[in-house]
Amino acid sequence: MTAQALVARATELPAARGVVADAAANLLRNRSAIVGLVILGSLFSIAVAAQVIAPFDPTRSLLDVGEKIYTPPCIHALGCPAAQPEHFAGLDQNARDEFSRVIFGSRISLFIGFTTVGFAVVLGVIFGAVSGYAGGWTDNGIMRVMDVLLAFPSLLLAIAIVTLLGPGLNNALIAIGVTQIPIYARVVRASVISVKELDFVTAERALGASSFRILFRRILPNSLTPLIVQGTLGIATAVLDAAALSFIGLGAQPPAAEWGRMIGDAKDQIFTSPNLIFVPGVALSLTVLGFNLLGDGLRDALDPRLNR
Amino acid sequence: MIGFIARRVLLAVPVLLGIVFVTFAIARLLPGDPCIVALGEHANRDVCAAFRQRHGLDKPIPVQFVTYLGEIASGDLGTSLRFGRPVTDLMVERLPTTVELSLYALLFACFFGILLGLVSALRHNSAVDVGTMLLANLGVSIPVFVLGLALAWVFAIGLKGTPLALPPSGRLSSGLTMVPLVQHWHLEDMTGPLRVLVDFVSNMYTVNSALRLDGRTFVDSLRHMILPAVALGTIPMAIIARITRSSLLDVLGLDYTRTARAKGLRERLVVFRHAMRNAMLPLVTIIGLQVGGLLAGAILTETIFNLTGVGRTFFVAITSRDYTVVQAFTLVIAVGYVLVNLLVDISYGFLDPRVRVSQ
Repeated sequence: MTAQALVARATELPAARGVVADAAANLLRNRSAIVGLVILGSLFSIAVAAQVIAPFDPTRSLLDVGEKIYTPPCIHALGCPAAQPEHFAGLDQNARDEFSRVIFGSRISLFIGFTTVGFAVVLGVIFGAVSGYAGGWTDNGIMRVMDVLLAFPSLLLAIAIVTLLGPGLNNALIAIGVTQIPIYARVVRASVISVKELDFVTAERALGASSFRILFRRILPNSLTPLIVQGTLGIATAVLDAAALSFIGLGAQPPAAEWGRMIGDAKDQIFTSPNLIFVPGVALSLTVLGFNLLGDGLRDALDPRLNR
Repeated sequence: MIGFIARRVLLAVPVLLGIVFVTFAIARLLPGDPCIVALGEHANRDVCAAFRQRHGLDKPIPVQFVTYLGEIASGDLGTSLRFGRPVTDLMVERLPTTVELSLYALLFACFFGILLGLVSALRHNSAVDVGTMLLANLGVSIPVFVLGLALAWVFAIGLKGTPLALPPSGRLSSGLTMVPLVQHWHLEDMTGPLRVLVDFVSNMYTVNSALRLDGRTFVDSLRHMILPAVALGTIPMAIIARITRSSLLDVLGLDYTRTARAKGLRERLVVFRHAMRNAMLPLVTIIGLQVGGLLAGAILTETIFNLTGVGRTFFVAITSRDYTVVQAFTLVIAVGYVLVNLLVDISYGFLDPRVRVSQ
């Protein structure tokens, strides 16, 4: 067959879908991914529209308008007398509207998830890429440090780091970010090592491309898939760990409407005002569930080996 | 095999040294003057100088590090600045609660995790499978402290007065006391490592009462462990269930399983004697990795259920800047975690001959 004939045949074939379109189609066929996307979609909408949805200012105490602390939930549609002011989730220990606080808490949780994982991914990619590309002693040095970081249970290490930096949401985020760096560094290092000796990299080098260009334009795109999957699952872990730190008082400080902190502040009221535990508790669990489901779905959708 | 074990142990040494260095660094970098923290308003210049000299805080940092290494090697973890007691004593007193809690949590996680995973894999794609995996997904998503509080609410309030009610805090009901084993066995004169061991076991209340054949105390202490153990064990359970399912499904699809079926073996034999053995391999690793999470989760669980274990002590030590305790407890937990995973690695060599050969 002549070259022209080959080209002619190739153009007759149906156009192949791109990698991204393929992945998207796979993702939408995956039940758990869809549930995850729905949960996260709602969460994003709530976070964006918090100002509109929340009936009260999340940090404002309603004591001055004659309301009492620990007022139980009152929903007019469910038979609560119309004379009482409506509070879907009751009032907390400072007579703030719990429902509004949970709504605004979605902003903090999303912020926590994306900033910590962003921080960890950037540093993880740098360490992993340098480690895998340079090899030898550099590789050994960096990866032994990562091993030591991984040798600590993540929450324990985060607590230790926050103790050093002092309590506060930003320090908690840094601490959790640090505990996650090794995960991404390992993922990137593994994929760098697996492709750096391949012919297309050698060809690029023969053409005179700089190491920097080879690394960032040719090698790193190969580790994008595992990074996206790990990152999504990492957000779930980060949200959980940040809530745990806030729960024991090392994370978000008052009057921030952070779910973990709200649960921690109300934990001794579990027998009298369980609403103060369960409403933020359900919100927190749903958020984590959303990221976990999406992460699982992404893993199935983006792994070409699983393609039918 | 011995070469394989030796290699594994040697590989763990730099990690252990790294852990010692990190815990040392953390304690030195903690904000706040330990002298003022320990002595409070009694602290003045002269007293603090004496305090620093006594605790070696006036020496250069590298000298302090070498001293620290030597002390650890001889089993001396320092004296708590706040309690004025050796940390080892605190450890013998409080670690047993955490170990006991973690063991029950792990038992719960392994038993129900493997059971759910097994059922799920055998009824692949059925309603049972979907339901179980949904449960597993929920299990990894509910924070320990939310689950713990929810369990306390359900079992102490919702089921109050029914036989299913469970105590939400503490280790024993009021009126019951725990007799130390040394006292029970008249061994008060005993000293040395054996005494430490007996005291350690003695502080694991369920084991203590079982050894003393005290049925009432045993049941009571066990009932106090149920809620914390379930709260702590749920995340590992969910993870174990997922891994069991996927690992068993992989193995059930292999040729040798088909051969086993083709030669007419009963399904029970195919699953338990042939498939399950190979499916156990990834499971062992995952169970080892859960131990670290258990120890960290104990900090939250012990706070919620009012258990005086290492987790709760760790938290109190952080807030009171008792750095010798922070240092020692971080060290013990991290080292314990590394050792457990070392054991897992080594057990891999026993379970799978290929691992020994290829390394």
